[in-house]
Order: sequence, then structure tokens, then C-alpha cells
Amino acid sequence: MARPSKPLLLRVGLIVGSVLLLEVASRAGWIDPVSFIPPSEMFVAAVQILSDGVYNVDIMLTLSSALTSVLMAVVFGFLGGLMLAKLPRLRRVVDPLLMSWYAVPIFVFYPMLIVIFGLNRWPLIALGFLFSIVAMAVNTLNGVERIPLVQLRTARMLRMGPVRTTLRVRLPASLPFVFTGVKLTIVYSFIAIIGGEFLLSGAGFGYQIAFAYNNFDNPTMYGLMLLLLVFVGTVNMILHSVEHRLYQRRVMKEPA
Amino acid sequence: MSVGIVEPAGATRQPASDDAHVTLTGVTKVFAGRDGAQDVHALGPVSFDLRRGELFSVVGPSGCGKSTLLDVIAGLTNATQGDIQFEGQRVAGEVPEGVAVVFQEDASFPWLNVFDNAAFGGRQMGIDEAEVGERVSYALGFMGLSDFSKAYPAQLSGGMRQRVCIARAMVQRPRLMLLDEPFGALDQQTRLLMGEETLKLWRETGSTIMLITHSIDEAVLLSDRIGVMSARPGCFIDIVETGWTRERGSETALDPRYGQLQSQIWGQLRTESLKALGSA
Repeated sequence: MARPSKPLLLRVGLIVGSVLLLEVASRAGWIDPVSFIPPSEMFVAAVQILSDGVYNVDIMLTLSSALTSVLMAVVFGFLGGLMLAKLPRLRRVVDPLLMSWYAVPIFVFYPMLIVIFGLNRWPLIALGFLFSIVAMAVNTLNGVERIPLVQLRTARMLRMGPVRTTLRVRLPASLPFVFTGVKLTIVYSFIAIIGGEFLLSGAGFGYQIAFAYNNFDNPTMYGLMLLLLVFVGTVNMILHSVEHRLYQRRVMKEPA
Repeated sequence: MSVGIVEPAGATRQPASDDAHVTLTGVTKVFAGRDGAQDVHALGPVSFDLRRGELFSVVGPSGCGKSTLLDVIAGLTNATQGDIQFEGQRVAGEVPEGVAVVFQEDASFPWLNVFDNAAFGGRQMGIDEAEVGERVSYALGFMGLSDFSKAYPAQLSGGMRQRVCIARAMVQRPRLMLLDEPFGALDQQTRLLMGEETLKLWRETGSTIMLITHSIDEAVLLSDRIGVMSARPGCFIDIVETGWTRERGSETALDPRYGQLQSQIWGQLRTESLKALGSA
């Protein structure tokens, strides 16, 4: 079995050290233990939330909204990226808009989205979708543009048609970039949906954190936050690991 | 021995000989200028035959249209004027069956291992998997890559990756192999070894090979005939017959004619290279 790398050990050490420091600081009263409960109590609260199942509906609501948003952003972002690569004139038109997309505070569109979609989950899903689709489209575009011309010439030499070339050459060649787009789409969708629930919604994971916060129910608030952190952290680590493997296979390690 | 200037200003030519595998008649290529830039007359008119089973090299100054010539023969780009025939069939717009190209750049697919890279062409051609497997095993063995079949291109040297691309071409069993400076990015020692591999491949497969190269040494050592191209727009100013036997190898460099051929070709190329540099 491979030994864990030094950076990994240091990373784990940093996290464990920070948690221990917070535990000591809270228990020793260096920080207010009422407003910042010890991490061990956060853990107990998180386990309690899971075993009680009181928030399961909210958790499932958030997850299903995020999943819908991610799926839509991945599909439309991928197709949009391909279209921009194929249509350079369109790209010249929308390029400045794409570059300034993340300068727009997307949450201000929420009232407008309610007018369009009504009072249901769709305005939040639309927020997640709008927040993440550009990351997917730009990464797809990057990936497609970086396909070495010689690989496409090889496909022509092998008399491959456009569909086969896309499936067998363009897609695998741009996969690391597309995957980075998927990773960012997941992250941005969660940010938009949890943030939207926290500020604007009446249900969901983010709303329950805000509700607990407003009612000084600190154990519940921290428990929910810890669950969210663990979930997002785990998803991100899995995605990072897959992404790392995708890139690693392609990095030149030429022998002397 | 020189057969003289093949392509004068016009595009007239003798009828194709019986052993002609590829026939070019008055082929020109002009690239249209973009955004108001002038059109670029890159090639021709060029008329010549590639004989069945020969190893023909093309040398010429940088930018003279050598790669464009290969592209039009392969069907990767259309000629502006003229006619190209491969085995009696007109080449137009797509690569004919039986033709394989090995490019100068590394064309291995980084997401596939060596075996799958070599098998890629065969699978695209619809050859059944057992047959592809046999062909790949043979090609990898021939190229000295059997021990690396599970490796990914990123784990190989530049020369090995180029051998993977040649193995991929071999699996297609092409009757015409077009090599576009495939050893251009390699160091001198690897280049020499790859030259020997090319001769071995040519003898083994019996394919017609056209090799584009910058190296006069390489062209003289490997070829039956060498086409010497002028500065852009590239035309053949001479086609030189080397007269080597099929069993030639690195020892051919010891033949006194080797130096004579080198000098003769360099004499012709020097003026054209100066023109290409804008010094003549």
C-alpha cells in the first residue's frame, strides 16, 4: 500500500490541529462557548440530526434541486461550449459577457425568477443553473480549443465522420477540461442553492441553517453546517481525485 | 544519377507509367488570403508519379510546400488545380482507403494506452477485434514496443511515441504510407535509428512510402528517388535516382556515391534555400 504523501499528512494535520484548537479554545472559554460550541458538540449534533431524520426532507430538497441544476448546467453548458467553438463570430459577441458573468450578483435576479417560474423550487434551481452554466461552457470551450490539430487530422486520415470524431476524439481529448467544468458546476450550483435558501427561501438545508441561526439554536445550526461541510468536502475530494487521475495520465513523464 | 528537371513552368507531363501508384498532373495549391491578405500560392504546378513499392523522399527549403504536397496526395486538402490519382482513382476531399499518414507532431492519443493507440485505426476501419489484436501485436513487436503495450504515451519518450504512431499506421496495412517529417522532433541518434526502422518497415510491408524530410542525409540514405523542391511555390526542380539496392542500410553511407548525391542535392537546394530566406 502506498504511503500517504507529505502534503496530504500536513493537510490532515492542519485540519485536525485547527479542530483541536477550536475545541480547546471553546472549552477553556477563550471564545464564547455559547455562540461557538466545541467541535465535539457540533459532531454530536450532526449525528443527532441524521439519526432523528427531522431535516431529511430539507436535505433531500436541497440535494434534488442541486442535482437538477447541475444536470441542466452540464448539458446546456457543454452544448453551449461546443457551439461557441464552432461559431467564432458568436463567440466574439458573447466573450465579454462571459468574462463579466461572475461580476453580476446573481441573487438579485431571484424576484424576477419568481415572476417567471412561480413560488416553488424552480427559481432556486434557475439560480444554481445560471451561476454554474458559464463555468461549464467556458471549460468545454477551453477543452475543445486545446485539442491538438494533429489528433483531428488523424481522425480525418482514418476517414472518421463528424459524429465519430466527436465521440472518439474530441470528447476524450477535452475530457479533463470538461470534467473541471463539471466540478465547478457542482460547486457553483451548491453555493447558489444553499445561499439562495439561506437568504430567500422557506425550505431546504440553507433555510434550516438560517432558521436555527435566527432562533439561537446553535447546536442545530452548527450540526447542519458540519453535515454540509462534510458532504461538500467529500464530493469535492472525490471529484478532485478523479480529475487528478485524468490529468496524471496525460502529463508527460518522459524518461531520460 | 539525375533524371533532370521534372516540372518546368508548365504542367504538361508524360503519360503515367504502368508501375505508377500515385499520379499527379499539374497539381497546384493556392491558399486564399484572409481579412484582405494576399492569396498564398503554396504549391505547383507539380506533375510526377510515385512508383509502386518505392521509397520516395521529398526535400526542399522551409515553407516550400512539402507538407502541402503530402496533404493533397493524402486527400487531407483539395488541390486548387490539377489531378491526383491513387491506384487509378481520383483523390478528392477525403483520404482514400489504403493510405496512411504519419505526422511530424506526436499524434498518439494520451487517453489510450499503447495497445489501444495502435489498434485505433484498425478498429475505426471495422476490422474484427481478433484480427486487430494480431495486427497490433505484430506491429508493436516490429516497432520494439511489445513491453510497453499497457503504458500511456505520457510514459514514453518522443521516439517511442512516434513509433506508436507508425505502429498505428502499420495496423491499417496501407498500400501507400505518407510520412510527414516524422522524425523531425527527435534527436540525431533516435533519428538514425528511426530511419533504419523505416527501411525495415518498407522492406517488410512492400508499401509505397513517401517521406517528407528536411534532412538531405536521411533522404539520400533511405530513398530510391529523391524529389528536390524549389522555394515557394514548390515545384520539383529535380528528381534524383539513388540507385541503392533494396537491402540498403547505414553502411550505405560508406559508398562514395552517397557523398556525391549529398553534394548534388545540396547544390540544388542551396540556391532555393537562399531564395526562401529572401537572400538570393
